[in-house]
Amino acid sequence: MTPLVSAAPSLADVLTAAGTIPAPKVDYFAVSPLLVVFAAAIVGVMVEAFVPRESRFRVQVGVAVLGLVAGAALVGAVAVDGRVLQTAGSAGAAVGGIVGAVVVDKPALFLQGSILVLSLLSVLTMAERTVESGGPFTPQASAVPGSPAESLARRAGLVQSEVFPLLMFSVGGMMLFPAANDLLTMFIALEVFSLPLYLMCGLARRRRLLSQEASLKYFLLGAFSSAFFLYGTALLYGFAGSVRLFDIAQAISGDSGPVGKDPLLLLGIALLAVGLLFKVGAAPFHIWTPDVYQGAPTPVTGFMAACTKIAAFGALLRVSYVALPGARWDWTPALWGVAILTMVVGAVIAIVQTDVKRMLAYSSIAHAGFILTGILAYSRSGVSSVLFYLLAYGFSTVGAFALVTLVRDAGDGDAVGGEATHLSQWAGLGRRSPLLAGLFTLFLLAFAGIPLTSGFIGKYAVFSAAVAGGGWVLALVGVLASAVAAFFYLRVVVLMYFSEPSGPTTVVATPGVPVVVAVSVAAFATLLLGVFPTVVLDLTQGASAFLP
Amino acid sequence: MPWLTLIGAVPLVGALAVWLPFTPAAKARVVALATSVVALVLTLAMALQFDVGTAGEYQFAETYRWIPDLGVSYALGVDGIALTMVALSAVLVPVCVLAGWNELEPEQSKTFFALMLVLETFMIGVFAARDVFLFYVFFEAMLVPVYFLIGFFGGPNRRYAAVKFFLYSLFGGLVMLVAVIALYVQGPGGPDGFLTDKLTGLDFSGTATERLIFLGFFLAFAIKAPMWPVHTWLPDAAAEAPAGVAVLLVGVLDKVGTFGMLTLCLPLFPEASKWAVPVVIVLAVVSVIYGALLAIGQSDLKRLIAYTSISHFGFIVLGVFAMTSYGQSGSALYMVNHGFSTAALFLVAGMLIARRGSARIEDYGGLQRSTPLLAGVFLVAGMSSLALPGLSSFVSEFLVLVGTFTRYPAAAIVATVGIILAALYILLTYQRMFTGPKRDYAAGWRDLDAREAFVVAPLIAVIIALGFFPKPVLDVLNPAVERTMQQVGVTDPEPTVAGVTPAAEGTTP
Repeated sequence: MTPLVSAAPSLADVLTAAGTIPAPKVDYFAVSPLLVVFAAAIVGVMVEAFVPRESRFRVQVGVAVLGLVAGAALVGAVAVDGRVLQTAGSAGAAVGGIVGAVVVDKPALFLQGSILVLSLLSVLTMAERTVESGGPFTPQASAVPGSPAESLARRAGLVQSEVFPLLMFSVGGMMLFPAANDLLTMFIALEVFSLPLYLMCGLARRRRLLSQEASLKYFLLGAFSSAFFLYGTALLYGFAGSVRLFDIAQAISGDSGPVGKDPLLLLGIALLAVGLLFKVGAAPFHIWTPDVYQGAPTPVTGFMAACTKIAAFGALLRVSYVALPGARWDWTPALWGVAILTMVVGAVIAIVQTDVKRMLAYSSIAHAGFILTGILAYSRSGVSSVLFYLLAYGFSTVGAFALVTLVRDAGDGDAVGGEATHLSQWAGLGRRSPLLAGLFTLFLLAFAGIPLTSGFIGKYAVFSAAVAGGGWVLALVGVLASAVAAFFYLRVVVLMYFSEPSGPTTVVATPGVPVVVAVSVAAFATLLLGVFPTVVLDLTQGASAFLP
Repeated sequence: MPWLTLIGAVPLVGALAVWLPFTPAAKARVVALATSVVALVLTLAMALQFDVGTAGEYQFAETYRWIPDLGVSYALGVDGIALTMVALSAVLVPVCVLAGWNELEPEQSKTFFALMLVLETFMIGVFAARDVFLFYVFFEAMLVPVYFLIGFFGGPNRRYAAVKFFLYSLFGGLVMLVAVIALYVQGPGGPDGFLTDKLTGLDFSGTATERLIFLGFFLAFAIKAPMWPVHTWLPDAAAEAPAGVAVLLVGVLDKVGTFGMLTLCLPLFPEASKWAVPVVIVLAVVSVIYGALLAIGQSDLKRLIAYTSISHFGFIVLGVFAMTSYGQSGSALYMVNHGFSTAALFLVAGMLIARRGSARIEDYGGLQRSTPLLAGVFLVAGMSSLALPGLSSFVSEFLVLVGTFTRYPAAAIVATVGIILAALYILLTYQRMFTGPKRDYAAGWRDLDAREAFVVAPLIAVIIALGFFPKPVLDVLNPAVERTMQQVGVTDPEPTVAGVTPAAEGTTP
């Protein structure tokens, strides 16, 4: 377990202090959610190797669900426990606070819990086998699209189940990402959650070339952004002499360290920010988002849109609130620009999209901008609002993408075709399937931020934090972007309800129990967080203080 | 007894009952009518218990914590103004349900009536809310049922109209959202920091702050009302909406704009309101004249009524911002009167369009001889709309003009032109549609049938009753207006003109 070995700089400190190499002290209880999820991932790999093919799929789903449920339960236990041990992998002596690679504080626990719950819903959508016997994933990813090997694999009825251990590794990395207390651990977490995602993007059953293109694009651009992140880490190490977030903060604000003018610091922050903003999909680092969202298998898109955002914003929160508050005046203006650009670009370009997945991708970019306004509030209510927004948006997103998987081209005979993602194919859906159209409308209204949905409370929370922090310009741009965004959400509603059906080429598949459960939970949460948000708001407010 | 929650919940339960699959589609309208009548009876029962002596205070108050983390309470209560608006909504909904009785296929009618009832809940909520956040929630949530009502059941251009309506309102609402947030930040905060009581009389951190927040609210209300130059959505929406929906849209929903100006903008931002008066007065007068002129030029009956409403909303805003007790009482009364007379106009228009299949005025003519009752109802409603003495709008329009004249004589004089233009647009229309020789197209037409009579009779009765005896309503409104005047810190200019109008005699101190 990489993160539990204390990071190199702290080792150096300890060596000079004690003269020996102590075994890193690990609070296993605090990191047990991580351990369980990673263990489930490893068990999944074993299952892939040893369990007979017929029962493999069921076992994989079981292991994944079990791992996620156990992880969520443990997160709950750690949170309830109260004696939240903030350090894991701590080398002992605290130097101005906490030394260690992982910090399990309340924001981290909330983010981990959110990631686990939403991953659970995503697993359910990935386990869908009723609509299509093989599920949404290609039977054999290694087969060249259109090759005899591919059709052979399809005819043999092979079922893809490697996606579940991949997902679990990714979830583990995402949980570690916002809990990382030094930049190296953070980088490792970034890679641990990104690499499986690159793979998962390429596993679509249909339109495989598009899927593989998405995978490759995501991988290449992701690799670049990781390099930026790593370079930024190196420069910050050069500035502060440590990669630990707290030490960087000390070096920025302390009298002894090199005072804020150091170009190393500014360059380091800029490069680090590029890496993180890439992952959240903020403009101008958003170019990958529409292509990847469109090409990836839709359940994976939902998972990415919900959980990657949570993990990446969690890390961005931690870096900006723990490591870089001293240099706030240097980087906030740039982040203001990014936030405004992100909101405007996301909302405006979404208008001209004709593919529902691309539209949701640009919508997710706009939402990233809204969330950034919460981060820029620079207050506890800012943190709290971001946490709430992430969870609320995650539920609606997973639900919306799960519904996208059900709208299909009419296939030959009884078999359904691929997903009908072109917007024109959604025309008249309200008449054909009132339930699906109604639920999708609910999610769209939540995205648009209409009261009595979770999206409204989330938007209200981030904008009010922004205004309270003096950022009323951000809030104003935010609401204007919301008005623009409402236009394209409405366009889908208009298409579904007020347009004539496009003909018999589109069918709505009847989902199996897992998808029904996932969508119901998402819809219920979207309403509940809109009408009675108090419980979750209490949680986020309690979880709004980062430990240094 | 939580009257207001009950009155709001009844239509919601009714909507659920209508919408549920096991309710037969043919029975949907019956359930809807029954529910809305129950809500009306409850409203009347509540109104009877309303203490007129303290009509300036919020009565039937209910306050519960809703989202303490954000400072939001579930707080309801009505003063005189809010009570009349709640009553207006409660009266008009059953009328509109009855108006839509045969308009739709049974299959569609479930959705239609369910949405109407949901809309009623939101309308009652928005008028009864005593918490700015709660007000905002209802204010925005109202858009959704109206959007679907226009989009599902509207005319040929319904999609465009529905989206335009939604985007205009949402834009205003979102700007208001920033203002709502900023207001809370300026306020005392805390778990109940959104209560209007807590936000009234704030000491703003700067004049500019107060003005900006005021503008955020005002823009949303001006779009809703709607005022020139942000009125363009209304003719489209009203013309495309089915008659019953148009009634609720123009008769009640748009009142939320002027209601908000009177009961939120003025008390919450007294200084900024006074600062904005000159501009608002000018915009209001422009609305009066512009709406009337465009109404004269319309060839579509429903668009015509929509433009007359823009003119009337100009009067209402004029009265609100004249900052005199006559003006504001007149405006508050005008909101009620306009609701009824416009409702009657739209409903008659709907009946005519249902018979003729066209909304173009030039397709009609000579109807007075074929359908005298319809013509009569149209004439009465139209006369009320042009403020004929003895009909309800006269009292309110007169009060508005008197109230404006004492402070802004020029504005009042220009606005008076609006009355003359009103005579033009109503009488010309009547002439084109109803007078002349009998025509062939109307040969087999039936006149007002029993159901239609039930639809318009209460409206006509109210129009005439309030025209001769508006005192009960004014008694309820005046204390609330007085309180608003105190909160703004303005007094009537000297010399007052008390006693000029017999209608208001002895009611305005």
